[in-house]
Amino acid sequence: MNPFSLSGKTILVTGASSGIGRAIAVVCANMGATLFITGRNIERLTETFTLMNGSGHQQLPSDLTVEEELQSLVSLLPPLDGMVSNAGILKSLVFKSVEKNDLNEIMQINTFAPIHLTRLLVQQKKLIKGASLVFISSINGNNCASVGSSLYAASKCALNGFIKGIALELAPRFIRVNCINPGMIETGLMKKSLFGSLEYENDVAKYPLKRYGKPEEVAYATVYLLSEASQWVTGTSLVIDGGYTIL
Amino acid sequence: MSIDEFLKNFADQFDETDASLIKPDTRFRDIDEWSSLNALAVLNMIGKKYKVIITADELRRINTIKELYDLVISKKSVK
Repeated sequence: MNPFSLSGKTILVTGASSGIGRAIAVVCANMGATLFITGRNIERLTETFTLMNGSGHQQLPSDLTVEEELQSLVSLLPPLDGMVSNAGILKSLVFKSVEKNDLNEIMQINTFAPIHLTRLLVQQKKLIKGASLVFISSINGNNCASVGSSLYAASKCALNGFIKGIALELAPRFIRVNCINPGMIETGLMKKSLFGSLEYENDVAKYPLKRYGKPEEVAYATVYLLSEASQWVTGTSLVIDGGYTIL
Repeated sequence: MSIDEFLKNFADQFDETDASLIKPDTRFRDIDEWSSLNALAVLNMIGKKYKVIITADELRRINTIKELYDLVISKKSVK
């Protein structure tokens, strides 16, 4: 038995309509998992769905920041072997431009929604014994910061704290909880952001491995954390950043 | 939206630069205090006050504050 196989596992992936989430859904399907994918954009979620190999997958479009939609999503889920919380937004705002709503929006999407989703999965006993939860966080806020990223950093860093607390509380049922902290990944989100484009060439040059990451390079790490290969790994954060934070 | 108002909003993004130095024909990269931080602050200001997204690539192609103002106006009229 390949310890990295996801065969027979049922896994929820949020933010699966594009970028890293789409790569995670496609790679996990290739590794044998049965997937429930969710995202806000129905059209793009369907595109992800058509890219996935295997059978038995389901797509459940929803906006996790809307209480009723979150409740309804969780009620439709079977018991899970794994969950990848990936949905998130990137906002490039210098701190002096920040308004109250900017903070509310980014915390709702990047922090509160993943925590409430986890809360409902736990309270409604949707996680089987030995399940694995993976949160896509960032090096930003945890290992470094960049100009215009203070709110994003706060929203992501909160996740890394959160997972330590629940890793302890869920350990009696051997449910493992980990974060992945990627550096800059080439996605639509990155390309649309000012923070990605303002100093693109200069920024790429700062990476020892001389390029930004690819979505599938984050997906491969989720396979490890979801699989039996990482059975003794919990409460930790895996940095995947082309060496950016060594310097 | 007048250019005077735009010049004031532009000048507000700087802490050490006298507002009298911010004129239509000022080449913004020549402002001593100009940096990627101020560039982002200017783009954020345009997004919030004028509801127009100027990309970093567009900013790269222009030089003066008047050109930036004209770009904001042209993008606003397209909307």
